[in-house]
Amino acid sequence: MTNTEVLIQELVQKHGRNRNALMPVLQGVVACEKFLSESAMIAVARELDLSAADVYGTASFYTFLDTKPRGKNIVRVCKTISCHMQGKEEIIKAIENHLKVKVGETSHDNKFTLLTANCLGWCHKGPVMLINDEVFPSLTPDKAIAIIEEFSKKTN
Amino acid sequence: MEQKPLKKIDIIFGWDDNCTPIQVVEKSVKKTPESIILDMIDSGLKGRGGAGFPTGLKWKFARNEEADAKYVVCNADEGEPGTFKDREILDRVPEKIFAGMTICAFVVGALEGYIYVRGEYNFMLKTLQQKIDIFNQQLHDLKIDFHIYLRSGSGAYVCGEESALFESMEGKRGEPRNKPPYPTVSGYNGKPTVINNVETLVYTSEICRMGPEQFKALGTHDSRGSKVFSVSGDTPIAGIYELELGMPLKDFVDEFGDGDTKAIQVGGASGHCVPRKKFNDTIIGFEGIPTGGSMMIFNSSRSMYNVLHDYLEFFTEESCGQCTPCRIGCQQLLKGIEAVKKGERPPTYLNDLKRLTATMKIAAKCGLGQSVANPFTSIVDNFREEIIY
Repeated sequence: MTNTEVLIQELVQKHGRNRNALMPVLQGVVACEKFLSESAMIAVARELDLSAADVYGTASFYTFLDTKPRGKNIVRVCKTISCHMQGKEEIIKAIENHLKVKVGETSHDNKFTLLTANCLGWCHKGPVMLINDEVFPSLTPDKAIAIIEEFSKKTN
Repeated sequence: MEQKPLKKIDIIFGWDDNCTPIQVVEKSVKKTPESIILDMIDSGLKGRGGAGFPTGLKWKFARNEEADAKYVVCNADEGEPGTFKDREILDRVPEKIFAGMTICAFVVGALEGYIYVRGEYNFMLKTLQQKIDIFNQQLHDLKIDFHIYLRSGSGAYVCGEESALFESMEGKRGEPRNKPPYPTVSGYNGKPTVINNVETLVYTSEICRMGPEQFKALGTHDSRGSKVFSVSGDTPIAGIYELELGMPLKDFVDEFGDGDTKAIQVGGASGHCVPRKKFNDTIIGFEGIPTGGSMMIFNSSRSMYNVLHDYLEFFTEESCGQCTPCRIGCQQLLKGIEAVKKGERPPTYLNDLKRLTATMKIAAKCGLGQSVANPFTSIVDNFREEIIY
């Protein structure tokens, strides 16, 4: 059995084998692997007795349930109006230059995927970004780079 | 129209050591469900998520349903741009939310409650779960048969729509259902469900603590009580404020503006844009412009074209794509204002686009598509020259 299959079995044991468990199970896979591979979705479908198409249908609806390969850390910079007014563009440019990627791409060392997100709910403390589940409000370009660097050191 | 001057209130985040949330529950379950419903209706509390449905009636409808299972769901899928109050409540006084859910469950006869938190707030799940565990244990000790579970979303704005939220909890795409049936008849798992916003649930527990009179004394005839506002944009004091409902927008601007306020977007991307000239005769409340709490302030340095463009981009991305008026409508509105700006279309094309939003208002399946008309018409009507030139 692959690591993913073991993980999915653990998740199913925790959340149950019915369809209501689908979101928590998919979220659990993404938390560990950053995205849902085809084989992961097929394994989830088998465990929950759903069709793989059903699982893909649900997964593909949600922004945070990526079905494309992602780096080890996912950076999401908020791009909605308040953060726009507070300079999200400079933050995105700084990260793009630092990681040598464009929005939507993964760095060559596979450590980071840079994405934008709709309102993250920190309009009073923008600009803001999420790295994985962690939140970093009141950013400046320098601060954003320093945070990225710290994550880079922590990631093998 | 009745008005109240701007007044800061401290109900939501206030703490009464002599009557903690679990003690409010203990006190409330000794009453009859009917009397609690009467208190809720008497208080005049309306939903604080934006739609403003009377909470007491919602509870009453769910109570009157016959079913083998009923649920209480707390909608913490706070996604409206400019809103961040629910996170603060979840962070600072979650026990009050749990208490509101428990009282609701007692009233309608539910044994399970769910809190659906947006995926963007995943960082708070661990702490929240610990607090839920403690509360569940307290309920168990009091022999109250109710259990709270935590669920999280995965980054879809539309899941804040109640029926889409149920779909998501059921492991499906977050596509809104047709209404009726309403959730109090057929909600989560097709069972009668009360779904309330985070803030609404806190007010229900506070009304049980202090009685409906004190709540009712605040606000106006149509907008009872107070409300938590999320203030952002061009203001020196962005943040969260609980204010009495029914104030004129002018008072709000005097308190929070930076002296150069051009317009305020009341109610987030799906709300209304109010220009300076209307500050005096706009009231914040259900009789004027209602809001889920989002107040975005724009000063004269902001281009309202950029603001509208941002909103339309947001809706284009967040439209679930299920119904044509919303899916195609949002795309065409975005393309439309871009074309007018570039001069590829004449300024009169804006009138065609306004007709499109009118169609979306009646033909879109859920609140998302229906409310795109709000920002679009209010910005285009008041700042037409900024959209064209």
